[in-house]
Amino acid sequence: MSPPEAAVTPPEVVAEPRVNYLNASYGLKSWLLTRDHKRIALLYLASVTVFFFLGGLFAVLIRLELMTPAGDLVQAETYNKLFTMHGIVMIFFFLIPSIPAVLGNFLIPMMIGAKDLAFPRLNLLSWYIFVAGGLFTLWAVVHGGVDTGWTFYTPYSTTYSNSYVIATAVGIFITGFSSILTGLNFIVTVHTMRAPGLTWFRLPLFVWSHYATSLIFVLGTPVLAVTILMVGVERLFHLGIFDPKLGGDPILFQHLFWFYSHPAVYIMVLPAMGVVSELVTTFSRKNIFGYKFVAFASVAIAVLGFLVWGHHMFVSGQSVYAGMIFSFLSFLVAIPSAVKVFNWTATMYKGSISYRTPMLYAFGFIGLFTIGGLTGLFLASTGLDVHVHDTYFIVAHFHYIMVGGAIMGYMGGIHYWWPKISGKLYPEAWARFSALVIFIGFNLTFFPQFILGYLGMPRRYHAYPAEFQILNVMSSAGASILGVGYVVPLIYFAWSMRYGKAAPANPWGATGLEWDTPSPPPTENFPVTPIVRTEPYRYSPEEVEVIG
Amino acid sequence: MPEGFRLLPQQASSIAPRVDALYFYLIIVSVFFTLLIAFSILYFAIKYRRRSESELPHGIEGSMKLEIAWSVIPLVIALSFFFWGASVFFAINRPPNDAIEVSVVGKQWMWKFQHADGQREINELHVPLGRPVKLTMASEDVIHSFYVPAFRVKRDVLPGRVATTWFEATKTGRYHLFCAEYCGTKHSGMIGWLEVMDPVAFQAWLAGGAGSESLASAGSKLFAQHACNTCHRPDSLARGPNLEGLFGKPVTLQDGRTVVADESYIRESIVTPNAKLVAGFQPIMPTFQGLIAEEGLLQLVAYVKSLSKVAPSPRGIVPPVKESAPEREAPK
Repeated sequence: MSPPEAAVTPPEVVAEPRVNYLNASYGLKSWLLTRDHKRIALLYLASVTVFFFLGGLFAVLIRLELMTPAGDLVQAETYNKLFTMHGIVMIFFFLIPSIPAVLGNFLIPMMIGAKDLAFPRLNLLSWYIFVAGGLFTLWAVVHGGVDTGWTFYTPYSTTYSNSYVIATAVGIFITGFSSILTGLNFIVTVHTMRAPGLTWFRLPLFVWSHYATSLIFVLGTPVLAVTILMVGVERLFHLGIFDPKLGGDPILFQHLFWFYSHPAVYIMVLPAMGVVSELVTTFSRKNIFGYKFVAFASVAIAVLGFLVWGHHMFVSGQSVYAGMIFSFLSFLVAIPSAVKVFNWTATMYKGSISYRTPMLYAFGFIGLFTIGGLTGLFLASTGLDVHVHDTYFIVAHFHYIMVGGAIMGYMGGIHYWWPKISGKLYPEAWARFSALVIFIGFNLTFFPQFILGYLGMPRRYHAYPAEFQILNVMSSAGASILGVGYVVPLIYFAWSMRYGKAAPANPWGATGLEWDTPSPPPTENFPVTPIVRTEPYRYSPEEVEVIG
Repeated sequence: MPEGFRLLPQQASSIAPRVDALYFYLIIVSVFFTLLIAFSILYFAIKYRRRSESELPHGIEGSMKLEIAWSVIPLVIALSFFFWGASVFFAINRPPNDAIEVSVVGKQWMWKFQHADGQREINELHVPLGRPVKLTMASEDVIHSFYVPAFRVKRDVLPGRVATTWFEATKTGRYHLFCAEYCGTKHSGMIGWLEVMDPVAFQAWLAGGAGSESLASAGSKLFAQHACNTCHRPDSLARGPNLEGLFGKPVTLQDGRTVVADESYIRESIVTPNAKLVAGFQPIMPTFQGLIAEEGLLQLVAYVKSLSKVAPSPRGIVPPVKESAPEREAPK
């Protein structure tokens, strides 16, 4: 990206106060009406952080209830609302927007040498839409919550549930438009606003993975919107779409829902993969092994991800042959993920590896994503899925992907770019400590759930047979450790904003255009439009080709 | 069931060892790859740790050979999972012909069972050891899922259609029965027991419920009560298809499609007769939606099935349907 000599230049230290995007203007209005992608990213950061801790609060109550076999802490109705709201808040209001809308928003223009996204007003609008959707859903929570599970399976959601299905669904419907706008903005920006010399194969992999994610945003989210609309229409007007008593088909809902919601998993994990590609190269001081394979793997995952939804329905009554086709395609989508893991590992070979906090998160991501991905193969194996489907095995698997994968990537990314975003350094010792706590707490929480699932404990159970207690207590104990691990960064990041050491423009000695501009960057990102002359991750002036 | 810490559920069905074998294969492969990645990362992280701040390693572009190797090898292994998984999946979805049949109705929040000879149970199902048992299942309200971990068997039970599954118990004992698909407030209370008895004890248990009416015979009564026999009859006055010998046979529809007359089709044809109209007949049958409860529908299905069973199953400790002359006469 940057000229080769940039990598060996010692990091400059910016001492004198200067105008940057944070102090360019003051006041609430300057934030709420901003069109600067960096400020909008911070608006998103604040909102998704609120949602993350809200979703986490629901998780705390779930784990407390499951300490004992009897349903004694909360009533069954409350418990059902808790796991539903945990899923909805975490998926739609934290995981899906987290990396794209915060880090993607902040970094994509900077990584391609642009002053902003292609449509700055749409970008601000997408945040308002997100907040409006979130408020709708919060309104439903405050007024009694919803108990359908985040999956809204029909006919329970359309006919039988007595909770605030419509209000919650409207919230998710609205929020979907913010995803579509963000995706559209990214696609147009990457196509039209790259700096001179920045060809497609010179793009950082973070941009590639966000491009792939944006394709899913734009193509998948409308299907979710239509599906939610149909749930609303059936619930309000008793128009038979999904309820067999009205002449509908409940399996149709599952097809439509998973057509979006399986690709949504890749919306969560692809951006994290992009982050990890940046972290592994920076902290190995090496170019990525097999750049084109890693780049095209993102696109392959996005495309294949649209063809595997039926693997959620092996025991639903879908035909046996349809099940086999979806099983086969699900195994195919595992290959590009495996390719990425191998390439990240190979990138470290003969590198210069530093153990800074972001790299610890990258290690955590690769390990946990590997376990999450491999256990996905258990579920893609039709004959085995029959047993583990809808048990805690599934719960463990998708938490390895979403928490072990997506949130590890998010945390790694936030630490890595924090100096750029805030202009301050975070305290390294505390950050390493909390990364370790999160890794240990995560595994303690979710590994026992694989065993629990194979033993046969179904998910979404308020009370359970006594023989499952030991593993549930282990899981709850792990969750308390994990909770500490997430609260500590909240404190030191807030602390560092005021008391942290000023960050140099390039504290990691990284390549990438975002590190060529001061921390925090000026509003226009680059005083002069940069010109790109080399491939990305060019740490060494000479290239060595290795075969074999 | 013994209490205490376990890593595997009990193996109590013919399919359970096959599922577990696949599970162990996947575990071995997964542990291998997880350790491979973990050790590579640790090894590289230690061996190539940054020793000085000015250190600058050589770039490595990549390797086509390695890329091909780590695409093709995982693909081949994944295909082995696919074929092994599919073969187990087929076995789970293909009930043997000589299975004894039990009808199952799921509703918020209980399981109702009725044996072929009429014995009813709630949240508890008694089955004989060593005999295949086929479940014919329907739901009165939302989606439920019949799940017995010790058997490694699970099947969603949906409203508006008939789902089937089967198992052959290989160990006597009491095993958990769970609802695995979230179905509302008391989802976690929709649990029960599956009791596997040795065949003699099972026979005695069945006899204890004497006086109850067999599924097919209850179905034949409903058939007469709703005057189905005025149209569905084998003679030339029939205004509806003849049902004798129909079950399991392909049926040509008005629009030229062909469907197999399975449990779901028969149920659908009672509830919404014009959805899949048989070629050569007029859409004159009224709907029976709401007039016959889900259990009655399953009894009617059992009755229609019994019209196709000329020779009772040879292995029968319990014949699938108690056939007696008057019952066969009634609908004609």
